[in-house]
Amino acid sequence: MQANPKPLPVLAGLAGEYYEWCRRGELRFQRCRHCGGFRHVPREICAGCGSFDWDWVKSGGRGTVYTWTVVARALHPGFAGDEPYAPAVIEMEEGVRVLSQVRDCPPEQLRVGMPVRVEFVAVNEQVTLPYFCRA
Amino acid sequence: MIRDKACIVGIGETAVCRKPGSGLGEMALQLKAALAAIDDAGLKAGQIDGIIPFPNLGKAEAFAANLGCADLRFAVMLNMGGASPVAALRVAAMAVVTGAADHVLVPAGWNGFSGVRVRETAANDAESIPGAAIARDYYMPFGLNAPPQWYALMARRHMHEYGTRAEHLGAVALAMRKHAQLNPAALMHGKPLTMEAYLASPMITDPYRLLDCCLETDGAAAYVVTSVERARDLGKTPIYIMGAASGQPYPADEIMNRPEFHRIGLTTAAPEAFAMAGVRPQDADFAQIYDCFTFEVIQQIEEAGFCARGEGGAFVENGGIELGGRLPVNTHGGLLSQGHLLGFGHVVEAVRQLRGEAGARQIKDAEIGVVTGWGDFGDGSIAILRR
Repeated sequence: MQANPKPLPVLAGLAGEYYEWCRRGELRFQRCRHCGGFRHVPREICAGCGSFDWDWVKSGGRGTVYTWTVVARALHPGFAGDEPYAPAVIEMEEGVRVLSQVRDCPPEQLRVGMPVRVEFVAVNEQVTLPYFCRA
Repeated sequence: MIRDKACIVGIGETAVCRKPGSGLGEMALQLKAALAAIDDAGLKAGQIDGIIPFPNLGKAEAFAANLGCADLRFAVMLNMGGASPVAALRVAAMAVVTGAADHVLVPAGWNGFSGVRVRETAANDAESIPGAAIARDYYMPFGLNAPPQWYALMARRHMHEYGTRAEHLGAVALAMRKHAQLNPAALMHGKPLTMEAYLASPMITDPYRLLDCCLETDGAAAYVVTSVERARDLGKTPIYIMGAASGQPYPADEIMNRPEFHRIGLTTAAPEAFAMAGVRPQDADFAQIYDCFTFEVIQQIEEAGFCARGEGGAFVENGGIELGGRLPVNTHGGLLSQGHLLGFGHVVEAVRQLRGEAGARQIKDAEIGVVTGWGDFGDGSIAILRR
């Protein structure tokens, strides 16, 4: 175990379901069965129509960079030594946005609109995180 | 309707400091500021019957017990982070106008330097932020761990859409620093800043450099609100709450999936407050704008209606927000150069300006002032004050 481990999601409830799909190598978003709207982060009901009915629908895994920040000084001990790294917001083709990182892109080369696709990184046996790479 | 029916009658502020620290516990520090505000109002502590504490910094019952407030009738807490102090102005006004309380005390303070450092709170205590579980499960694993990183995403997108530049952010930092030179109580008093030095300061989380970030500070401040009728019988010039409102971005607990990425709480709160007050943004003689980071000043100037969205960079250039400019902002030096009093310094300074007690930084004949708060993932609050 590292001295300062990185924070991990708590695998419970809807987050647990989301990350279980990631563990199986699939990025899935909730889509409302009633109005067809995609949503992220996972929510109990559809804010658009109030429906409790939804499915986990497989994403095409493609999107573009919407915005980012380049962390030059980590503000969590688990990320000390990783700098520079760039948390980035990815706008998916499904319309939802995901906070992740474009791991194969040096931070200074990030651009708004840059096409990316999902790639999965297993952190341990339980947790796989959805990252992105240049498409 | 609360327009012109409630007043700020007392303000109190401890010294702001860093090394070696305040030397007091956080409750004692806040009590010091509270007693100063109560004394400034010409009241006795026992007359306080309403208390609105800052989230996570102490309970109303503890304040009442320490101060000897034997008749605490009204106590609420507003979970809006740095937007809470100005949001509390409206709630305090509602309380005294409806008779729920006669004299409402609003205190805050912390050992933000010598105690738990501000930059560590979000990383260590997920419960301190609104979308706590969302941040924990969807942001923090990817290295997005603290407020400057959240807000940097907004700043970067604004730069892309509107051409906002590093020099615009720097103009905010320089204005706050310039004003601090006129405030002997400011941490950065005696330490002027140039654009070259600003641009040379180390990057923290692009586009935020070190000098885009507010100061971690020990200190406390407080204010007291009462009704207009009671205010007239007290000693100091009453400062009227003309209009006040609060608002939330949507969704407030998640930053990335906002249909309108630049819409913050202030976007809806500001028009409501100005309509209540019956004045326009351009009627303000100054604005004390919550400046946790430089871009948030630009964004709030836009969303409050001082200029159109996207024009904030040009607005702050060339001394636009300095004393003598079109809208003096944070005449005390703000969180960036006076110290981080959780936004209470902004309320205290607004009152000082309107009373004519601002010394070397006094705006001549200041009549109407605006004060804002910003917290969590973009919660907003605003009050329009007059003498």
